[in-house]
Amino acid sequence: MTAATPAPPMIRMEGVDKFFGDLHVLKDINIEVPAGQVVVVLGPSGSGKSTLCRAINRLEPINQGVIEVDGKPLPAEGKALAGLRADVGMVFQQFNLFAHKTIADNVALAPVKVRKMNKGEARQHAMGLLERVGITDQAEKYPAQLSGGQQQRAAIARALAMKPKVMLFDEPTSALDPEMVQEVLDVMTNLAKEGMTMLVVTHEMGFARRAANRVVFMSDGEIVEDSTPDVFFTAPKSDRAKDFLGKILTH
Amino acid sequence: MFDLIEKYNVLDAFWLTIKLTFYAAILSLIWGTILAGMRVSPVPAMRAFGTLYVNLFRNTPLTLILVATSIVLKNTLGVTMFADEQSQDFFAILDFRLAILGLTAYTATFVCESIRSGINTVPVGQAEAARALGLSFAQVLRIIVLPQAFRSVVGPLASVLIALTKNTTVATAIGVAEAAGILRAMIEFESDRIMVVFLIFALGFVILTLPTGLILGQVAKKVAVKR
Ligand SMILES: Nc1ncnc2c1ncn2[C@@H]1O[C@H](COP(=O)(O)OP(=O)(O)OP(=O)(O)O)[C@@H](O)[C@H]1O
Ligand SMILES: [Mg+2]
Repeated sequence: MTAATPAPPMIRMEGVDKFFGDLHVLKDINIEVPAGQVVVVLGPSGSGKSTLCRAINRLEPINQGVIEVDGKPLPAEGKALAGLRADVGMVFQQFNLFAHKTIADNVALAPVKVRKMNKGEARQHAMGLLERVGITDQAEKYPAQLSGGQQQRAAIARALAMKPKVMLFDEPTSALDPEMVQEVLDVMTNLAKEGMTMLVVTHEMGFARRAANRVVFMSDGEIVEDSTPDVFFTAPKSDRAKDFLGKILTH
Repeated sequence: MFDLIEKYNVLDAFWLTIKLTFYAAILSLIWGTILAGMRVSPVPAMRAFGTLYVNLFRNTPLTLILVATSIVLKNTLGVTMFADEQSQDFFAILDFRLAILGLTAYTATFVCESIRSGINTVPVGQAEAARALGLSFAQVLRIIVLPQAFRSVVGPLASVLIALTKNTTVATAIGVAEAAGILRAMIEFESDRIMVVFLIFALGFVILTLPTGLILGQVAKKVAVKR
């Protein structure tokens, strides 16, 4: 055997800066997420967590630095970018299921239109995924007819239908009624166990403790801490992290 | 009343109005949708063209557009619009087609602006989710955004189509013998029964436009996207 070059990290950001006008929202971000790792991103509101997440599939273009997914730099707009996005699953706070399509069609749509899978196969695959997230019986309904928790599970199934290499979650449970949070977290926990590479922005500390390999703490557009959940929750180094933890733990 | 309708071929004239409306409506919907696509496109040149076109044609009086179409295309350029030059009806067919062209060029701007306002009612998250799945700009527009946009503007589009029906009367200006052309003749020769003449035409247009409004009103309710 030749000395194998180590597999590239699934996500790599180097020296990334992002501005909204004068507002510096990402400041010299450096992070690597190896394949199979689950990274939870924590931080106060407005610290740039969503922007970080959205930069990875170029829903937000950056002003400076390098972003690579699976060893390949992010292409500019066009076909190549669409191809990269197909490999990066994204789950939004507001679900964003296609309102005019049934749940099954939501899940089967991109495999047909982007991966050119035939319709029967895509449909079968979609039903399998809906079973995996536990909403087979909702397949023929429209998004507005589902509860928030069901919609978010459908949205996860829709992202998984593309067989992504990595999944990005931007506060997937923040828009849910409290009783529906757990069903979505359960799906995510299972995904993590199956070895999916995940970057999860969340305020669910329980999930961070149980499912994350790593916690990244952001504040004012900077990555302030990057450690294991254990270390972060029991012995945060920075004052900003201590302050943040103090606030959410007293809630 | 019925003797008048028969004497002046009122039914034929209204049939021409219906045909003008029908073809111009279909073409305006298509061209208007394409224009709306241009106006939201990421390509600056397309956006500029869309904006320029809409502002130019929407703000020019329809009579002027029709007359200009007729003079420039027919008289100056000798365009035949695929009409058979040997045919006896050559000029009637040519004028009819030019009228459709002019009506389309004008009406499409209103279709475009309706659809564009419809696009604005579609939450950005819909397009973002589609882009995040790897759909191209054209696919996002065609599969996700436009179908939802259309559903929210069926009502306004009905108004555009009703306006188009009435605007066909302007085609008289380039010699198309639709309803308004006959109306003019009747006003001239039947001045003693002028009220009846007006009544016939008012009724005629109400009969043409009322169903459009009613049917599309129902359709609008039925296809509305629930969020
Ligand atoms: N499209 C935009 N235009 C201008 N400013 C923006 C835009 N999006 C975000 N911002 C600003 O950038 C900063 C970072 O926003 P971001 O959404 O990434 O924060 P966040 O950490 O996700 O916050 P939250 O926990 O509230 O979701 C905030 O100050 C926000 O107001
Ligand atoms: Mg956010």
